[in-house]
Amino acid sequence: MSALLQLSGVSRHFGGLKAVSGVDLSVERGEVIGLIGPNGAGKTTLVNLITGVHPATTGKVSFAGKDVTRQKPWQAARRGIARTFQIVQPFPEMTVLENVAAAALFAGGMAYGAHAESAALEHLRFVGLADVAATRAATLTLAMRKRLELAKGLAMNPQLLLLDEVNAGLNSSEIDHALTLIRAIAARGVTILIIEHLMKVVLNLCSRIVVLHHGELIASGDPQSIVRDARVVQAYLGRRYADASG
Amino acid sequence: MKQGVLTGLALLAILCALPLGVDSYWLRLGTTMLMYGVLAMSWNFIGGMAGYPSFASAAFFGLGAYAGAVAQKFGLSMFIAWSLAGVVAAMFAAALGFALLRLRGHYFAIASLVVAEVLREIVNSATDLTGGGKGLNLPVPQMASIDDQARFFYYAMLGVAVLAFSAVFATQRSRLGFGLRCIRQNESAADMLGVNVTLYKVNAFILSGVFVGIAGAVYASWVHYIEPPDVFDVLYSVKAIVMVLLGGAGTLYGPLVGAVLFLSLEELVWRNYISVHTGMLGLLIVLLVLFLPKGILAFRPGRA
Ligand SMILES: Nc1ncnc2c1ncn2[C@@H]1O[C@H](COP(=O)(O)OP(=O)(O)O)[C@@H](O)[C@H]1O
Ligand SMILES: [Mg+2]
Repeated sequence: MSALLQLSGVSRHFGGLKAVSGVDLSVERGEVIGLIGPNGAGKTTLVNLITGVHPATTGKVSFAGKDVTRQKPWQAARRGIARTFQIVQPFPEMTVLENVAAAALFAGGMAYGAHAESAALEHLRFVGLADVAATRAATLTLAMRKRLELAKGLAMNPQLLLLDEVNAGLNSSEIDHALTLIRAIAARGVTILIIEHLMKVVLNLCSRIVVLHHGELIASGDPQSIVRDARVVQAYLGRRYADASG
Repeated sequence: MKQGVLTGLALLAILCALPLGVDSYWLRLGTTMLMYGVLAMSWNFIGGMAGYPSFASAAFFGLGAYAGAVAQKFGLSMFIAWSLAGVVAAMFAAALGFALLRLRGHYFAIASLVVAEVLREIVNSATDLTGGGKGLNLPVPQMASIDDQARFFYYAMLGVAVLAFSAVFATQRSRLGFGLRCIRQNESAADMLGVNVTLYKVNAFILSGVFVGIAGAVYASWVHYIEPPDVFDVLYSVKAIVMVLLGGAGTLYGPLVGAVLFLSLEELVWRNYISVHTGMLGLLIVLLVLFLPKGILAFRPGRA
């Protein structure tokens, strides 16, 4: 069977800046893959290329065997590519429930009405936000907003879920909760690409890690070989990490 | 929901009974109020629900007025001409929407402001078809008395208002209305959640144009004579916005409340101070934005 997501020579330039350049990557169905790299490496931009937020300057993006390089974000959403935002993006004046119902409705393909709301409530229960379903999204704490992003992502009924730093800014018990959730999502058969700074999370979840540096994919492999890779250590992890884990 | 329907029906009954036993001054005022209501409810689709500050109302109004007038000049009956005006306004809104709704916020507002001016120039120069600056006369419907005629146009405008109101009601309870709320609050998030934002905005723009176009045609028949500066008056655009802001953007009854309040102000105050009219309007906009960003209805507990 062919890969779920296939990037071939994908680049994105902003003026003279090569935010992403010549990335080849293929993600298999059911895989949980980690994307790491220093700040400004181009990780978020890569997600934007996969979801049609920015068109690729060159290269090709395929999803489920189809060329989707020129797709619009709403088309990506309906095809089954969901994402969470590094900077969370709720509809502030809507209730938490309405936020998730919107995802179920427009991306998940549900009909308008009570059905979408009960599906939304189900997802809120799953991420532990059922109690605040009727509150305005703007009033949520950061940790709750991150979980709302997860619930929205799930309500989109995705085949591929792109998680952009869902744990940034969370404390360690909140991170543990998030880890449990992500593992449960993966267990449902959703393919996950997770951008993450915390090596603990990546090593815990991922069967494969790819490393982005200055927009280029410099390494790809299983977690153990990545933490020993000299270029990765130099670019990102730092000598101390290599020594400690060595 | 049930209570909402009852409120609507009660309001309709009152509006139907209103012309009985009032003189022509009140009939004219009532017809104007309904026309303002159509302008406000229509703007609510694009400005209130989608959050795009359109100044295109005057363009739709003038286009509808001229479409209706020209159609009757070519011998079509009045009702057909009015319907045709709605179709023309809707098609124009669709084309314009695809072009302009790529622009966000202030850029869209400015671009939409220019449209009425451009249409007015076109109508001005298409003398053969429109009579140009000399204006265009419309056939006067044959009725027993002047009062009957006034009542007829009151009910015609009421019909357009009921259409617009029903459209608002249905939209607010639909996927389209929900998608528009998403767009207003965070357009790129809506896009990424699967809302076909361009299509939704264009639909909102069409809804903001079609009833105004019909109202323009009814207005043209009502006053028997139109000329470009009259029907392409930018004040139609400004008034629509002020009325919605006054009553409450995005709500069902807000635009109607705003229309009544605005017309009252206009009748009581500005008629006597014509020269300061525009200045007052500007002042009112500033006050609204500063002190009443959610409209009068937001003051009532339990309602937004
Ligand atoms: N819309 C944009 N316009 C211009 N430059 C951008 C844009 N988005 C990202 N960049 C630049 O591209 C580079 C990669 O950014 P980003 O993908 O956000 O990195 P990461 O997510 O890995 O921290 C940065 O130098 C950033 O400033
Ligand atoms: Mg980033």
